[in-house]
Amino acid sequence: MSILVFLEHHGDELQKGALGVLAKAASLGDADVAAVVLGSGVKPLASEAGRFGAAKVFVADDAALEAPLPQPRVDVLAKLVRDHGFESVFFANSVLAADVAAGLSARLDAGLNWDLTDVVAQDGKLVGKRPALQDSVYVDVGWKGTARLALFRSGSFDATTTQGGEPQVEDVAIELEEFSQAAKMVEQAHEADESGPSIEDADVVVAGGRGLGSPEAFSLAEDLARALGGAVGATRAVVDAGWYPYSQQVGQTGKVVSPKLYVALGISGAIQHKVGMQSSNVIVAINKDPNAPIFEFSDLGVVGDVHTIVPKLTELVKQRRGS
Amino acid sequence: MKIAVCVKQVPEGTSLKLDPGTKRLDRSGEGALNHFDANAVEEALRLKESAGDAEVVVVSVGPAGAADALRKALAMGADRALLVSDDAVAGSDLVATSRVLAAALEREGADLVLFGQQASDSDGAVLWAAVADRLRRPLVSQAAELSVADGSLRAKRQTEFGYDVIQAALPAIVAVSDAINEPRYPSLKGIMGAKKKPQETLTLGDLGVDVGQVGEAGSKTEVYEFSLPPSRGDSRKIEDDGKAAEQIVEFLAEKRLV
Ligand SMILES: Cc1cc2nc3c(=O)[nH]c(=O)nc-3n(C[C@H](O)[C@H](O)[C@H](O)COP(=O)(O)OP(=O)(O)OC[C@H]3O[C@@H](n4cnc5c(N)ncnc54)[C@H](O)[C@@H]3O)c2cc1C
Ligand SMILES: Nc1ncnc2c1ncn2[C@@H]1O[C@H](COP(=O)(O)O)[C@@H](O)[C@H]1O
Repeated sequence: MSILVFLEHHGDELQKGALGVLAKAASLGDADVAAVVLGSGVKPLASEAGRFGAAKVFVADDAALEAPLPQPRVDVLAKLVRDHGFESVFFANSVLAADVAAGLSARLDAGLNWDLTDVVAQDGKLVGKRPALQDSVYVDVGWKGTARLALFRSGSFDATTTQGGEPQVEDVAIELEEFSQAAKMVEQAHEADESGPSIEDADVVVAGGRGLGSPEAFSLAEDLARALGGAVGATRAVVDAGWYPYSQQVGQTGKVVSPKLYVALGISGAIQHKVGMQSSNVIVAINKDPNAPIFEFSDLGVVGDVHTIVPKLTELVKQRRGS
Repeated sequence: MKIAVCVKQVPEGTSLKLDPGTKRLDRSGEGALNHFDANAVEEALRLKESAGDAEVVVVSVGPAGAADALRKALAMGADRALLVSDDAVAGSDLVATSRVLAAALEREGADLVLFGQQASDSDGAVLWAAVADRLRRPLVSQAAELSVADGSLRAKRQTEFGYDVIQAALPAIVAVSDAINEPRYPSLKGIMGAKKKPQETLTLGDLGVDVGQVGEAGSKTEVYEFSLPPSRGDSRKIEDDGKAAEQIVEFLAEKRLV
């Protein structure tokens, strides 16, 4: 069994999630595990992959791969899979990896299973575990033929190191399609300036979603957070809408938090939000929709309006804490 | 400018369940327009309004009932609908669905193809990238802002690292996020007018797609079994009857959190 793992990097760091997937691939037993790093000036990153189980690392180092855009990466991966006959290609979910995986699926007519939280090898076959339908059911999924493409949910595996030594590093020549290079990065994300205490360190996070109704209503979350001695979080929907800064976002493309208490105000509980807060000790959610997915993973779910409940709640907490 | 918007009909609300026989999603209940796709329809309508002269065509691959979802998009203001409906398509995975949708879009030849953020039944957020590869067109996903001028588009997307701005010449494909806009509600006039707008239904034969390449035969993934997740211990749910704030504080006190 041969597995190729897509290693995403940002700056001069390989992403932890991808290294976790690599470690998982290496743990499947008698698999030939290789990894691939694509970018510009990325060759020095290759050797680190050895510690996470890659016997071989392919490096596609080219200025055309500098921007984290998916389509040129599909070209490179398709050629690698064809030339080396990889039976499986594993990806740790990210905005970039999802687009690369799906593009590759079409290019190779290869099956893609996404949002997997685990994979096992059974009689030479791979079986993926996928929580589906808002995680209300766990599905065992498989692939017909090869290559088998697997996209793993963020945070599924720890990046544990193995005894592996220096991997063999191989440069790959790239040939890019014209259409793959048509999208251009005009401005690329930089590390956000962090000011003030980070939500990752807070014992209590009070997070607000679109259900707060307006940017001004975030004061409800702020007041409650102050009363509880915590920090304020937000969903992507409200960050994208400009209601709250990106540095406070919780979820797949934001921060992963695991406070003692997470209070979700007007948040539906999408999977991409859930992966950022599900390991919180105690989760309390207030949402006016009794069927909101957030209630499926809350310790206390309150069906009601944040605008009536939260001001009262803040007062009661203040009284109790005598402040 | 011609804008195609890909929309999906999904089972309504909370009735999401798998059919134990076929191991597929049970689509027997009521269906509705995937709400994430309403953002894509809205964005197309806004682009049309600012461009002055554009046609918005909504495209769906699905059962005959998916015409309802298309009609909702027409009621919002789309000009025309195209449904690809064929019994052989049922059970298609990403490989197979992208093949059919790409064939339909090829026929339309739109300058801009829009997708929603994700189908609420599949939570895939992947279909556009497969379609873009088949159509050999540039792609931008997760667009939280989009503008089109002088034959090219500019989009802002959020990734794990912050915001990027990406540009591409048309024809191109964009998947929009659910924060890009607030979809309009269809007006009564819109709802009445929708019935009179052109609505076309095509089969695989019309698109020249081989039935062996779609449905289960054309799919490269399969479902073996499903099970219920472990239940979450003592989770509680209450309805606010005016006492919710007190009940939350009691709960927090019990957990020693206040
Ligand atoms: C690749 C990708 C990455 C993503 N990354 C992230 C991420 O990092 N973080 C993230 O959060 N999301 C992320 N998302 C988006 C995610 O899928 C959801 O769209 C988003 O989390 C929804 O935010 P929301 O809950 O604020 O809004 P909605 O889904 O609109 O939910 C609002 C909720 O508020 C409730 N409500 C409305 N009014 C009231 C009221 N008065 N009182 C109480 N409740 C009320 C409603 O019932 C509803 O449940 C990502 C999506 C994709 C595709
Ligand atoms: N059967 C379909 N027909 C047309 N468009 C679809 C279909 N399924 C999904 N889409 C589009 O693809 C997007 C992503 O779907 P998915 O990758 O399944 O989450 C949706 O928001 C729709 O815009």
